[in-house]
Amino acid sequence: MKELVVISGKGGTGKTSVTASFAVLAGRQVVADCDVDAADLHLILSPRIKERHEFRSGHEAVIRRDDCRGCGTCLELCRFGAVRMGGGTEGDAVFEIDPVACEGCGVCVRFCPQHAIDFPERLCGEWMISDTRCGTMVHARLGTAAENSGKLVSTVRREARRIAEEENRSLVIVDGPPGIGCPVIASLTGATVVLVVTEPTVSGEHDLERVLSLTRHFNIPTAICVNKWDLNPEMTRRIEAGALRAGARVAGRIRYDRSVTLAQMQERAVVEIGGPCAEDIERIWKQLGLQEEA
Amino acid sequence: MILAIASGKGGTGKTTVSVNLARALGCDVRLLDCDVEEPNDHLFLKGSRAREEIVTIPIPQVDESLCDGCGECGRACQYHAIVSFGAKPLVFPEMCHGCGGCARVCPRKAIREVERRIGVIETDRAGNITLIQGRLDVGEAMAPPLIRAVKAHLQNGLPAILDAPPGTSCPVIAAIRGADLVLLVTEPTPFGLHDLRLAVEMVRALGIPFGVVVNRVGIGDDRVHVYCREGKIPVLLEIPDDRRIAESYSRGELIVESLPEYRGLFLSLIDKTMNRNNS
Repeated sequence: MKELVVISGKGGTGKTSVTASFAVLAGRQVVADCDVDAADLHLILSPRIKERHEFRSGHEAVIRRDDCRGCGTCLELCRFGAVRMGGGTEGDAVFEIDPVACEGCGVCVRFCPQHAIDFPERLCGEWMISDTRCGTMVHARLGTAAENSGKLVSTVRREARRIAEEENRSLVIVDGPPGIGCPVIASLTGATVVLVVTEPTVSGEHDLERVLSLTRHFNIPTAICVNKWDLNPEMTRRIEAGALRAGARVAGRIRYDRSVTLAQMQERAVVEIGGPCAEDIERIWKQLGLQEEA
Repeated sequence: MILAIASGKGGTGKTTVSVNLARALGCDVRLLDCDVEEPNDHLFLKGSRAREEIVTIPIPQVDESLCDGCGECGRACQYHAIVSFGAKPLVFPEMCHGCGGCARVCPRKAIREVERRIGVIETDRAGNITLIQGRLDVGEAMAPPLIRAVKAHLQNGLPAILDAPPGTSCPVIAAIRGADLVLLVTEPTPFGLHDLRLAVEMVRALGIPFGVVVNRVGIGDDRVHVYCREGKIPVLLEIPDDRRIAESYSRGELIVESLPEYRGLFLSLIDKTMNRNNS
């Protein structure tokens, strides 16, 4: 089974539009939306949810107000600035934990002299298995202001691979998150190939360079494509040359075209409404050569 | 006044708004680039480097001669960053959050904390702007400690603009906590609206006042405007869809300099945000 991960470094370069088109072109394979922070793929693939699962990860510290004597040990020990005054007057203060700032390390829980801090498991979001016109899709929703998006990404990928095996599919297509940090690392380690969708802008160029050092760091074969390439042809050439030097493959270019937004408005993939962009994406898909045997 | 620029969806124009606003402001301003995974503000400001500092987090180092393999550290660690199998524990530095728990619980005082590099903070001067940007080392997973280090450069009373990372999870929260006002940048498309809703949920949960900037007005429809009107969310700036803006951005230029007809837009945003708070 092969796994294609589509990422971008910089956000908003058209990663999800390209992924949705690939999902259509691939026929019925398995699709995973690992951009769990701002998941958009479902807006195109209109999934019918079959299963929902709670995503619990880590713990959070909660001070029992009635048992807190206001000694301030937790305040002193917390390295994440999560402890704050929770009422009372001086000399009679009680503390509370800001759930958003708490990283769940448990140090305050362990060292509270009153044992006044509970440490329940944290509900961080949910993940779903759905039917779409492009096959089974695994996607997720991270809770507002929640942590551990990397673990949720790993969960989504693991489930997608499990389902691909069960359904005897040869390919998993992953829509990855932007950036180069924890969720990105979780979405690309062990992938067959990574496609980076970039754009011909100074930001696109800069971010691509960082993403390519990341994929090199993890030794993953990488291809790039420049979206909206005609916005700045000179920059496009420079980006492609830089990518080749960095050891990546150039899979193609996509024109700057309204059909991308138009398709999004109609909840369809670019290749489903056709146009010049659709041709460009189809060419890139063939270039990637993931379904040669078919 | 600390003004944070954020967005659910990436690529909607956070950097554009941040750098143009900072330049249009005219007076001394600190611009904090908290998008430490992909910091871009410097590409548009081309300032001169004034300072560089390395940012570290504390991680455990085990003194073998003192460790008796009791395993207390591994049981205390919530991140599986230190693991003991009845012998000297193994440390997995990239998993460590730097909470200090293992060193504190070790009954034989065999663990001391050493600094591990995760990135740098670079300070550039560019006219009226002091740019302070975090840059996470490639391969590092954890952005929040670096973001907190960037924010330690805020100075009381001085105006600051804070360019946040995209999304709604821990790095974004680390960036926008403590801001006086958040601008959520979006675009009038289904993706833009969907991610704006998530961002609105997030700033509401944090209790920070916020407004919306709609970028590329004209590419989609009025769904974002309708949502803002119904939710009584102020739309503080609308940037039209203009290929010249995209081209000027692609070359690393500031709109307020290369397309002066749009300067007024940013000045009016300053009036509605930074200046309002001062008076």
